[in-house]
Formats: sequence, C-alpha cells, structure tokens
Amino acid sequence: MDTFTFLNLTFMLFFSLVMVYPFVYLFVVSVSVNGTVLSNLMLNPKGISLDSYQTILGFKFIKTGFYSSVQRVLLGTSISLVVCTLTAYALSKKMMPFRTLLTMFMVFTMFFNGGLIPSYLLITNLGLIDSIWSLVVPTLVPTFSMLIMRNYFMSLPIDLEESAKIDGAGDWRILFQVIVPLSKPIIATVVLWEMVYHWNAWFDSMIYIRSADKQVLQLVMRNIVLSGQLNDNTFIANALTPEKLKAATIMIATVPIICIYPFLQKYFIKGIIMGSLKG
Amino acid sequence: MLIPAVIYYVVIHYYPMYGAQIAFKDFRFNLGIGGSPWVGLKHFEELFSAPSFRQILTNTLLISFYKLIFGFPAPIIFALLLNEVLQSKVKKIVQTISYLPHFISWVVLGGVFIQLLSPTSGPVNLVINFLGIESIYFLGDNSWFRGTLVWTSIWKGIGWGSIIYFAALAGVDTSLYEAASIDGANRFHKMIYITIPSMVPVITIMLIFAVAGVINDDFDQIFNLYSSAVYQSGDVISTYVYRKGLVGSEFSYATAVGLFKNIIGFVLIILTNQIAKKYSEYSLW
Repeated sequence: MDTFTFLNLTFMLFFSLVMVYPFVYLFVVSVSVNGTVLSNLMLNPKGISLDSYQTILGFKFIKTGFYSSVQRVLLGTSISLVVCTLTAYALSKKMMPFRTLLTMFMVFTMFFNGGLIPSYLLITNLGLIDSIWSLVVPTLVPTFSMLIMRNYFMSLPIDLEESAKIDGAGDWRILFQVIVPLSKPIIATVVLWEMVYHWNAWFDSMIYIRSADKQVLQLVMRNIVLSGQLNDNTFIANALTPEKLKAATIMIATVPIICIYPFLQKYFIKGIIMGSLKG
Repeated sequence: MLIPAVIYYVVIHYYPMYGAQIAFKDFRFNLGIGGSPWVGLKHFEELFSAPSFRQILTNTLLISFYKLIFGFPAPIIFALLLNEVLQSKVKKIVQTISYLPHFISWVVLGGVFIQLLSPTSGPVNLVINFLGIESIYFLGDNSWFRGTLVWTSIWKGIGWGSIIYFAALAGVDTSLYEAASIDGANRFHKMIYITIPSMVPVITIMLIFAVAGVINDDFDQIFNLYSSAVYQSGDVISTYVYRKGLVGSEFSYATAVGLFKNIIGFVLIILTNQIAKKYSEYSLW
C-alpha cells in the first residue's frame, strides 16, 4: 500500500478516536469508584460502580424532565409531521394558486425573523407561558423539512395521481392512500429530524417554562452540570464527586440518541441528500 | 383541492407573522405593543454609541470569519480524504462515527468540553502538562476562547457537513477517472482536475450560505461554553440580546439589536446571492 493510503488510513483512525474519545472519557468517569482522582486520560475505569447513576435517576426532576421531554417529542413531532405533510403536498402541486408566493412567504422566515424578544412577547401574549404548547407551537412548521418533503412529492410521477383521479378519488384520498405510502423514506426522515430536535431543545424551555417540574430533560441536565448541584437534596454530601455526577448526567442525556442513531442514520443522510440535490 | 392548503395556510400564516409583524412593532413597546410610543431610531442610536457594541460586533464577525476560514474547508477536505479510502467498510464506519457529535446538543457538549478542557483535571491539559507546558485555560482565557469555539464547532460539525460533499462526490462520472488514468493521471491529478471541479456547484452554494451567515452566531454553543470571564472575546450579538433583553428586561433595546442583526443577515444573503449569480451559474434562486 502506498504512502498516501497509509497516511490517510492512519489519519482516519486518529480522527475516529478523537470523535469518540470525549464520550469514552465521560463514560469511564461516570462508572468509576468514588474517590478516584481525575488526573489521567481515563481509559479504564478503576473499579465499576453505578451509584452515580442510581443517584441521578432517583432525582425527582430527572423523572419529570424525562416525562416532559417525551411529551414534547411525541406531541411536537406528530403535529408537525401532519402539518408539514399537508403543506408540502399542497405546495407541490403546480396548479396551486399563489404557489410561488406562498412558498417564498414561508422560505423568507428561514432568513429573517423578528428576534428573540418579539417572539418572547408573542408567546407571553398568547398566554402560553409555562405550557407545553409554547414548546410545540413556535416550530409548528419545520420549513426546511417541509421544503424537502415538497421536493420529494414533486418528484413522484404524476400518472399515479391522475389514475387515482380517474377512479374518482378526491385530494384527501389521493394524499393518504397514494402519496403517503410512497413517501415512507421521507416521512421517516422528517420524523427523525423532528424527534432529535425536540429531544435536544432546551432554550425554549428555559425562557418559556416557569415551573421546575415541567422543564425538559436537557434543561434539567444543564442545571445539574453547570451548577453542580441537584437543587433540593444535595447528594453530593455522600462523597460522590461532582464530576462523576455530571458525567453520569451527560451519559443519560446522550444515551437515547446514541441508541437509535446507528439504526436510523441512513434515513437522516438520505433525507439530506434528497433535499439538497433537488432543492 | 385548495382546502388542505388554505386551512394550513392560515395556521402557518400565523407562524411567519409572529416573526415579521412583531419586528416592526417592536420599537414602541413599553406597555403593550400597540400602546407604546414610537421612539423611532432612538434604540439604534443607543446601540451604535455603546462601547460594548463594538466589542460584540467584533466578536461576532471575528468568530464567524475564523469559523469560515477553518470550518468551511474542513468538511470538504474530510470528504475528499475519506473518499480515497477504498475499503468501504472502513469508510462507512468512519462516516457513521463522524456524524455522531452533530446529534448531541450543546448542553451536553458544554458539559463534556468543560470537563475535558479543564485546566486542573482535564485530559487535554494533562497531555499539555506532560509535554512541559503550563495548563491552558481554554474556556477561561480570552486569548484562547475564540479558537476553542472554532475547533469545538469543527469537531461537532465536520461529519454532518461532509454529507453534502459526499453526495456530490458520488455523482461524479466514474468514466472520467478511467479516462484520466489512461492518460497517466495520478491520484492528485484526478482530485485537482476532476473531483474538485465537479464539486464547485455544491461548494458555491454552501459558501453563499456561509458568507451570508457571517453575522450569525451559534448561540447554543457560546451560551453553553462561555462565562463572564470571556465576555470580552466571546460575547456575541445573540448572547448580548439574551442578557440585555430577557435577563435585563431591556426589551426594546434588545429587540433593536436583534433586528439590526437580522437585517444585516438578510441583506448579506441577497448580496452574496447576486454576486454568485453574476460570477457563476449557481445561486440559491
């Protein structure tokens, strides 16, 4: 094998290690026995102990956070998916009046918006503060995903719809019985994008949600990691080092993503490719 | 036929409206949006004369420029290099690993990097100390903070960013490579004369987005990594708006700042698109 290939492969190996190392490190820290000094590269845990996980998982706000996050993921994803599909389908029809105008209208919002303060005021005025709707409604239509869906619909052969029409099907039927079954890859992609977005979102929860027991998991995580405390009962008294707890917290926040990731990443990628090459 | 669209047009009509309409009413609220007096451009005057404004604008632009110079080519180079790997299993595995950081939120990554880069207990500084150099306060030292922002964002984004380039690479006609081999071209010739030119359309579009986005900043990243110690080098427009606006309740002023940023961003994207149209055949619209 020639020099270049050798160097390239070495580089790729090094690269992969760099990508993966932060997670390995934290995992090791989170399972190490108490009192281990954090003074090395942490590649092997010095004894395994799961007490940091027990502590964290027993913490009340982790449970409520998890519940809020799941609630938001389910609600947000399902509603956004339905609205997105309907809009994308409508905009994919060439005979749709005002089509270009409407499309530009929606795309415009990708480049320009009122800003943080006006959005905050709007949510306040709508009375959505401290409600789960404040997390779901602002991103009701995922514009980018909608565009990709629209492009996908546009690429489906028109004869399918025409033959359905000849058979007497109306628009809604065509949508649900012809188009949707054919669009499984793109729907899967959009669903996954939405789920990841909602799972990771934390800032809106921070500014719109007041009650501590309605905060989403990522925000609860953030509070733990940054302040090093678990609010009311500070378990830190039991000689569990803060770093260990933080590491366990981070692991818990990341694990769901890492779990579904290998199985679903091909859908994510397909979606991007489909969207970018056509759009 | 129109009904689905019309119903959802109304629902979605509201969605951009809250962005666009409120933006123009923002100048006049102290008590309620409609009833507040017009203050015209007062907030903008205040904005431009504030000494801290220079600082945040500089930070925003500098950080974006650094990210552009280092972060824009990174995924391209990565895609080119990985494309040369012939063992497809290795290629797939490396690719999969490379996308992973993109899906982790900055909340989590903030915690990760705060620990990893810690001057006292972090492994990075451990290695640095081992080499005989004093600990570096990556996240606490103004002279290191911007660099840290750039490199951590590359770490997070290189894999995901390379997807588009991989897609472009996959679309290159393989017979071109064969013909080049016959003519005696080596790997590098092929890259320079075939691969890169065929990626030009994609690169142009990505570059348009990147340059137009120079006034934008990654609030998520900076908010999770910064602290008052590094405001001098790391405070950018959106973090400033957040602190002044939501924390400090200076609503109208913060909105003016935010609007300033949005308008510039908007103008930039139109400009860069025009330039791209003029000099090449590729543009956004």
